[in-house]
Amino acid sequence: MNTITENGSTLVRIKDLHFQRGPKRIFRGLNANIPRGQITTIMGPSGTGKTTLLKLIGGQIKPSQGSIEVDGLNVASLGRSDLFALRKRMGMLFQSGALLTDLTVFDNVAFPLREHTKLPESLVRHLVLMRLHAVGLRGAKNLFPAELSGGMARRVALARALVLDPMMIMYDEPFTGQDPISMGMLLELIKTVNNALQLTSIIVSHDIQEAMSISDYVIIVSDGVVVEAGSPAQLKGSTSEWVQQFLNGLADGPVPFQLAAPDYADELFNSAGDA
Amino acid sequence: MTNWFQRFGAAWITVFERLGRAHLFMLQMLLALPGTFRRFGLIVKQLFATGVMTLAIILVAGLFVGMVLALQGYNTLVGFGAEESLGALVALTLVRELGPVVTGLLFAGRAGSAMTAEIGLMKATEQLSGLEMMAVDPFQRVFSPRMIAGFIALPALAAMFSAVGVLGGHLVGVELLGVDAGAYWSQMQSAVGFEHDVLNGLIKSVVFGFVVCWIAIFEGADCIPTSEGVSSATTRTVVYSSLAVLGLDFLLTALMF
Ligand SMILES: Nc1ncnc2c1ncn2[C@@H]1O[C@H](COP(=O)(O)OP(=O)(O)O)[C@@H](O)[C@H]1O
Ligand SMILES: [Mg+2]
Repeated sequence: MNTITENGSTLVRIKDLHFQRGPKRIFRGLNANIPRGQITTIMGPSGTGKTTLLKLIGGQIKPSQGSIEVDGLNVASLGRSDLFALRKRMGMLFQSGALLTDLTVFDNVAFPLREHTKLPESLVRHLVLMRLHAVGLRGAKNLFPAELSGGMARRVALARALVLDPMMIMYDEPFTGQDPISMGMLLELIKTVNNALQLTSIIVSHDIQEAMSISDYVIIVSDGVVVEAGSPAQLKGSTSEWVQQFLNGLADGPVPFQLAAPDYADELFNSAGDA
Repeated sequence: MTNWFQRFGAAWITVFERLGRAHLFMLQMLLALPGTFRRFGLIVKQLFATGVMTLAIILVAGLFVGMVLALQGYNTLVGFGAEESLGALVALTLVRELGPVVTGLLFAGRAGSAMTAEIGLMKATEQLSGLEMMAVDPFQRVFSPRMIAGFIALPALAAMFSAVGVLGGHLVGVELLGVDAGAYWSQMQSAVGFEHDVLNGLIKSVVFGFVVCWIAIFEGADCIPTSEGVSSATTRTVVYSSLAVLGLDFLLTALMF
């Protein structure tokens, strides 16, 4: 299954991951390897726990069983300072951008530098402007997050995530709610950034076509386990009906359109009393 | 019947679990203090947001409360021919009770609710998670500076409340009702003791500042990260911290006086 990763080097290794929230079991023995230096997309229906998976990789929550290794380090067993050191090497782009609302765009991008380095302000300025220029938003440096469109906020967040030169970057649903133009820009950006900076990118998404178009490797997650993984071409040729339904967005298939319910005619005619 | 017992028990378990989390949260805020003091600018910013922004409402409220005290006090005291004691009455009431308590209540409504809403929104918009992922501790960066600011602001505001209240009392008692100005101030000076009255009032306001900020910050950080979650957390802050101020006031008064 993991043709690419068996031989190449793996950056994130997820082994037998179990996690639950309250009574709900979100992961039940998930195994996946995320290859270094490539763009990997994790897909799955909403509510399967894609965001949760990113938080597990970032060490914000701990698995109840199994392990996640990032660059050879077991995330859950790291102490606080080691975890923080690891996080400085991971960038994460939240769905909403998660920019600090009380700081300008410039200060948002400068924030990680000011927190974690003692660089002189002139150098900070250089680095920030360079990253802002890379995402095309140098002109927005004095705006506040509330004045940005959703797509712009995500690009600023990308500049911020890149400013410490991380080894990997995680994108949570980067394409949701974007108009076609900013969608195109984001796709282009993610690809260029990954190649130019030699990053490892992990994208979580259910925008199938867009994500497939820039990914080297795709992992499909459903019901707490990996359903299928491989290159986009391999997945398109998959014989699994479920995968075909998911990739092609068919309304009915192994996943029924109707949520389990009593017989329709019965409900209409026989049980007028309890509705 | 068993169902009722079950729900009763479950509700209490939830309450105690939350209390436990609130205490752990407090502990984490205290542990973050050294890191917070290294970011002194943040404390100053929060002092402005909580203290200075609450100042206007405190001054206006203090003035009116002082004026009302003088009116009510005069009407009672004049019956005994003791209207010279008006200054003592106004000042003692303010310094011991109304200063800290009313300031605590107004602070909960103005600054506490704003703190909860702000932190709750930061949580709902993933800013708190974002900080953690940037290897920045939200306790050092977001929670503790607010705690320290509230801790400093409330006693200062309570002192100003009392001061303005005494002036309001002077306005009504002396200027309007004709109490002798010398009597007003000298009776006050001899009746109000530093340790027994001023210091105890100060202790009260420090305690209130601590509790109101603790509740406000915890409710914000612990809220369900949706719009409804933030709004109900804000309501809870005002209700719980007002009740806490009044309850603690009784407790402290019983111990002090
Ligand atoms: N903080 C939380 N507390 C309880 N349940 C949560 C929390 N966050 C997410 N969940 C639940 O976990 C499941 C997976 O959520 P999530 O990872 O956000 O899914 P996805 O990103 O794939 O849409 C959902 O059913 C969601 O309701
Ligand atoms: Mg999600």
